[in-house]
Amino acid sequence: MADLKIRIWRGDETGGAMADFSVPARENQTILDVVTQIQREQAPDLAYRFACRVGMCGSCAMEVNGRARWTCRTHVKRVAGPGEVVEIRPLANLPVIRDLATDMAPFFDKWAKAQGSFQPKDAPDGSVPAEFSVVPPNSKQRMEADAGIECIGCGVCYASCDIVAWNPDYLGPAAMNRAWTLVNDVRDGANPQRLDAVSGDAGCHSCHSTQSCTERCPKNLDPSSAIAGLKRKLFWDSLLGRR
Amino acid sequence: MNPRGAKLWAIQRITAAFLGLAVMVHLLTIMLAVRGGLSAAEILGRTRGAELWFGFYVLFALCAGLHGAIGLRNIAGEWLGLRGRGLDALWLGIGLVTAGFGMRAAWGLYHG
Ligand code: SF4
Ligand code: SF4
Ligand code: FES
Repeated sequence: MADLKIRIWRGDETGGAMADFSVPARENQTILDVVTQIQREQAPDLAYRFACRVGMCGSCAMEVNGRARWTCRTHVKRVAGPGEVVEIRPLANLPVIRDLATDMAPFFDKWAKAQGSFQPKDAPDGSVPAEFSVVPPNSKQRMEADAGIECIGCGVCYASCDIVAWNPDYLGPAAMNRAWTLVNDVRDGANPQRLDAVSGDAGCHSCHSTQSCTERCPKNLDPSSAIAGLKRKLFWDSLLGRR
Repeated sequence: MNPRGAKLWAIQRITAAFLGLAVMVHLLTIMLAVRGGLSAAEILGRTRGAELWFGFYVLFALCAGLHGAIGLRNIAGEWLGLRGRGLDALWLGIGLVTAGFGMRAAWGLYHG
């Protein structure tokens, strides 16, 4: 089989350039396999990140031919025809540490800003509540929370959102998707503060509902609808004096 | 938190809802009224003293002014990075002045 032509961005926060590589093509081969081959056999100082290799940890996202993807579950065949060059760059909208490794801190800091951690209602000090809450699996709120809960924190949606690129304060799709799951968690007691945190120009009100996040989320989540849910809730709660 | 952004968003949606209906009413009345041709004098003859229509167009102008200005504010914030409390006040002013022009036109048609 002919070799694959691969171009990889190499550099650090001060700048960089594309470097050309050629990798033996295989019948079954993911983008992560290709990057690993290059690091093991050709460029031992190539920086990139992965852990699980099976689409669970969310650490391997990169830009592949201009589009953010989880590389461990993206087959080369899916992104490039025979003879086509595959271009791999670090995830967009995040500071680069080196080569394909980005600094995810701003992404997760925004989860914290959006109050993305569970605050038990009956036990504000973090202790275990005396009683278990009963949450019927088919209740509306439970289903809303379920729809967004499987996020692996890969940052693909964040790298695909124009508003993140335009407004450095914008919390982004993943953080607000997380906030929406908690808004729908009947056991949580921090929703007044959480809804404040996700409102306004840095929050849900700047989302254009363009759905790039939804289109590209490898877990098929729908952050765009979650954000629309936040907007709806804030609108009616304010109008009806519920907050 | 940025309650300003949230309020402006709500104003923009509410004005959009009104404008959606109002533009239909506006276009439909034009089409109905114009059938068979219409002169300026005829128009003025009909509009003078129609207080309900005057009120409709005052509201129309207000909504259009605010809706447009908030949209421009968002574009300026996103594309040019021009944001802030002062600029928001300026955009609100621009919206109200634009609305004022529309209201003045309505006044001319229905009263002047
Ligand atoms: S729907 Fe909203 S959050 Fe998602 S990519 Fe578009 S602007 Fe960003
Ligand atoms: S919402 Fe989807 S794309 Fe965004 S971080 Fe979670 S899993 Fe990744
Ligand atoms: S390596 Fe864990 S999701 Fe790709």
